[in-house]
Amino acid sequence: MNARHLINYALHLADNALVLGHRNSEWTGHGPILEQDIALSNIALDLIGQARYLYQYAARLMNAAGEAPGQESPGRWMVGATGSPVTEDQLAYLRDSWDFRNCLLVEQANGDWGTTILRQFLFSAWQYYFYRELRGSRDRELSAIAEKSLKEVTYHLRWSGEWVIRLGDGTEESHARMEKALGQLWMYTGELFLPADYEQGLVPAGIAVDVTQVQPLWAARVQEVLNEATLTVPTAVAQKGGKQGRHTEQLGYLLAEMQFLQRAYPGCEW
Amino acid sequence: MEPTKTIWSLLETVYDPEVPVLSIVDLGIVREVRMADGHPEIVITPTYSGCPAMDVIRMSIRMVLLQNGYTDIRLTTVLSPAWTTDWMSEKGKQQLKAYGIAPPTPVPIVCDLGLFQHNEAIACPHCGSYHTTMISEFGSTACKALYRCEDCREPFDYFKCH
Repeated sequence: MNARHLINYALHLADNALVLGHRNSEWTGHGPILEQDIALSNIALDLIGQARYLYQYAARLMNAAGEAPGQESPGRWMVGATGSPVTEDQLAYLRDSWDFRNCLLVEQANGDWGTTILRQFLFSAWQYYFYRELRGSRDRELSAIAEKSLKEVTYHLRWSGEWVIRLGDGTEESHARMEKALGQLWMYTGELFLPADYEQGLVPAGIAVDVTQVQPLWAARVQEVLNEATLTVPTAVAQKGGKQGRHTEQLGYLLAEMQFLQRAYPGCEW
Repeated sequence: MEPTKTIWSLLETVYDPEVPVLSIVDLGIVREVRMADGHPEIVITPTYSGCPAMDVIRMSIRMVLLQNGYTDIRLTTVLSPAWTTDWMSEKGKQQLKAYGIAPPTPVPIVCDLGLFQHNEAIACPHCGSYHTTMISEFGSTACKALYRCEDCREPFDYFKCH
């Protein structure tokens, strides 16, 4: 097994969770009503918690392998360059966008409430079936994180699915907004099922999930909810590249805000 | 007393900072206590991945053991098997109720994917009525949902099944 593949895989999953967790946290204090503000903040917290376990694991793997992240990229001097061990905080706060391996869907801007809900639903549906498979991973650490996270994601998927239905099958205005959101986000869903080299490399050993197998489960669930919501699935060419570090411009803005404090005051604690 | 038993009873005095009537033992997050050469190892599991109380709980465990003369304390976090409300003690459930939080139901029914499900009736911790309505599945902390009693009209937290 390739240690580099496993590090990239853990980072990919961690980045997915952190970036969406951060996006959701942007709503804290701005939700349309208090209860749903709290709901989205809770989901953000779950995702950031999952990201922490994955970053901690990635950091342990990196330290064991004596590797610094992004060795092929210009960002490498930022992390682990001083000879001190890599930490979860460095992985979250000191890598640049080309080192992030999250899928493009999670970094998309919040837009209106409907867009945020739809992004959460499309991703939670993926994460649900994905974690269900990852529970069976031969990597005990990943399988334990998956087992823990799946319980949380079940709530996320139910909550976001119910909201997609309420809004899609709601008023003329909410329906039109959901159609628009679907048109904006659908092109980023294809990437979820296109395995990166590090994923493919870990499938034969039973460590990574074969995402192509997750696709039909995801599609059935999404279709069921969209039908109920009276929304039509658009056709769009899949945008890809996030898993390889080629991102939309959205991620740069997100990182600029999320990483500001550690960039301006390195090592700052509070 | 066996050395691990002493530690278990010390851990009974460590409370969840978010629910200060519930000890971490009654909450079911202490999974194991081991002793090696007089030094304790405490194995704990989080309720939710992002639970911000975990850091405080870890610190409190360390403090109470240090105060009682233990050194070289090891704290290990495990994720599997994943924590479930089934691990909450009966005593813990009674304490929650007395504190004004509805305890988790013994048979969780809304832990699957079905949309727009109705949970089985949750009793109001204030007046005991089952005539209650869920306001939101997500409450003041990750582990709670928000309910309202239709009889005494009080809102309350429900420690949701997990």
